[in-house]
Amino acid sequence: MSDAPALTRAAPPVAVGQPLIRLRGVTKVYGTGEVALLALKGIDLTIAAGEFVAIMGPSGSGKSTAMNILGCLDTPTAGQYLFLGAHVESLSRDRLARLRRRYLGFVFQGFNLLARTSAQENVELPLVYRGEGAAARHAAAAKALRSVGLGGWEHHTPAELSGGQQQRVAIARAIVTEPAVLLADEPTGNLDTRRSQEIMDLLRGLNTDHGITVLMVTHEPDMAAYARRLVHFIDGRIDSDVLNPHPVEPGLPAGQAR
Amino acid sequence: MLLNSLWLALRSIRRNLLRSFLTILGIVIGVSAVITMVTLGKGATQAVQTQIAGLGSNLLMVRTGQRQGHGGGAGAPAFKEADAAAILAELGGVAAAAPEGRTNVTVVGNGRNWATNVTGSTNAWFTTGNWKLASGRTFEAEDQSVGGAVCIVGETVRREIFGGAVGAGGLGAQLRIKQFSCEVIGVLASKGQAAMGNDQDDVVLVPLHTLQRRVTGTQSVATLLVSMQEGTDSTRLKASLTQLLRERRKLTAGDDDNFNVLDTQQLAETLSGTTQVMTTLLGAVAAVSLLVGGIGIMNIMLVSVTERTREIGLRLAIGALEREVLLQFLIEAVVLAALGGIVGIVIATGASIALASVMGVPYLFDPTINLLSFLFSAGIGVLFGYFPARRAARMDPIEALRHE
Ligand SMILES: Nc1ncnc2c1ncn2[C@@H]1O[C@H](COP(=O)(O)OP(=O)(O)O)[C@@H](O)[C@H]1O
Ligand SMILES: [Mg+2]
Repeated sequence: MSDAPALTRAAPPVAVGQPLIRLRGVTKVYGTGEVALLALKGIDLTIAAGEFVAIMGPSGSGKSTAMNILGCLDTPTAGQYLFLGAHVESLSRDRLARLRRRYLGFVFQGFNLLARTSAQENVELPLVYRGEGAAARHAAAAKALRSVGLGGWEHHTPAELSGGQQQRVAIARAIVTEPAVLLADEPTGNLDTRRSQEIMDLLRGLNTDHGITVLMVTHEPDMAAYARRLVHFIDGRIDSDVLNPHPVEPGLPAGQAR
Repeated sequence: MLLNSLWLALRSIRRNLLRSFLTILGIVIGVSAVITMVTLGKGATQAVQTQIAGLGSNLLMVRTGQRQGHGGGAGAPAFKEADAAAILAELGGVAAAAPEGRTNVTVVGNGRNWATNVTGSTNAWFTTGNWKLASGRTFEAEDQSVGGAVCIVGETVRREIFGGAVGAGGLGAQLRIKQFSCEVIGVLASKGQAAMGNDQDDVVLVPLHTLQRRVTGTQSVATLLVSMQEGTDSTRLKASLTQLLRERRKLTAGDDDNFNVLDTQQLAETLSGTTQVMTTLLGAVAAVSLLVGGIGIMNIMLVSVTERTREIGLRLAIGALEREVLLQFLIEAVVLAALGGIVGIVIATGASIALASVMGVPYLFDPTINLLSFLFSAGIGVLFGYFPARRAARMDPIEALRHE
């Protein structure tokens, strides 16, 4: 691996413990006038580099809305969002895109892989937008696929992969850029328990072994149990924000940690 | 960024092979149909014009029968040789008047057969038909009066029977027409390209009496060819010609004409008018196929718009800039449209050349119609390929990602 071409445009490393994300009084309103809907009613949240945070809460409580703002896919209606000290809420679309491609990786509930496209090419995609050369792209994608346990599956298309494998390709795509933060909105929502646990093991490994900050939305307590910090949303507000004293340990099935 | 977008566009084309193929197909069908139709139409128009120009522009053709194309004059009495002489002698403004008879015969010479048209007439036929000799001589007075065994061949007959030098081979040789043999005393100068399967050079000319006595065995004359002097008023000549023939054919005031006079000038205008209408019509039909091709492209693009919108959402989410996505889809649309247009032009050119030779019309390359149909189809491709993508690229990434 050492002689493979290195990524030329990877994100500058962020030291563990350094404040990474700070939300202050963030609100989000969907629509205007009579149909206006207040999805976030004032969120304050600080996340340091290296954390593993699970965001929980009932359906419609604003988890996805908060994730989209955290992932710079959407901007708050009011309030402040500081990412590494920079004010995200005032950035243009292009600046947001550059921030995403530099620091963030996304995993979606629906995998969102390009159809009829090999795993290898799917994983290479973010590097194309970073302007990486073909050789570096190739090496980085192969490495990312190996790190999610899909070495040898490079040339399979999504249709030829199981749901769990597809989600692992999506994770490889999210981490191939060596992001500072990995955001996952219900990454196990479409998977059975066994596959879900494999995905969670992967996320935990990325967090502990690679120092990637992981933000994950889930409504399954078994999955949230892998995180070291649990944030509960209710009705557009943070209801509780607690540390998980006993995250699931490697090798132990979920549910036995408590 | 351009290179990246080009690479991504080509990837996307390869990845969506069926969609790309159908898009190209839609454009190919539209472009090739329009170009082929219009090219053939223009070729046909030109063929008709060439053929009519070959007839001579100051010609009146008189045939038996009431109207043109009305049973070929069956029942109506034929003309006589003397009618032609009378026309020349009695009417002013006539340059030449030739009686003409025709029959289809297989001629034999040089060990070969050739089915052709044997025409009997006088030397006036050269004037009325705008014919020149490539070599040899015209008929002597004696050939004409006694029906001598001489003939003058058109270039096609000469080539098929005798071969040899263009315009000269076969001169002096014998040609058998039914029961008798004639000496080839001349070769007609070619009128050029055969038009619409009607080859004017496919003819053997013999003296009128030779045709009457040795081939058909009748005295009748089917057609009178009258060529006018320069500056003659064709309407007035037609009127006096009609009057003369009515007298000679002993028609009384109440009888209808049992012959008809055709003015080639008029014929030329009518015919080229008709082929132009036909070209326009063909063009319109073909334009419909261009439109149908366009609708096909639109359908394909709209069917895939959900997938494309989600894909664009994903690209934006993982950090693509709006303009990068737009450039990629623009390049994709342009590449597909251009490819379809080029293939369409190539197919149209091949089909036009092949069909033109089958139909016996000239192939005329028309840059305007090639360019126009190319631009139109490319426009459709870009319109339906690029604009849905543009809409998606302007959405919020998360909205595009969730598009249903
Ligand atoms: N794009 C949108 N437009 C309008 N309302 C929305 C939109 N997205 C979410 N909402 C509304 O905002 C509220 C919070 O939604 P969401 O953040 O998706 O909740 P969760 O992910 O916790 O289920 C819900 O009432 C939802 O209907
Ligand atoms: Mg949600």
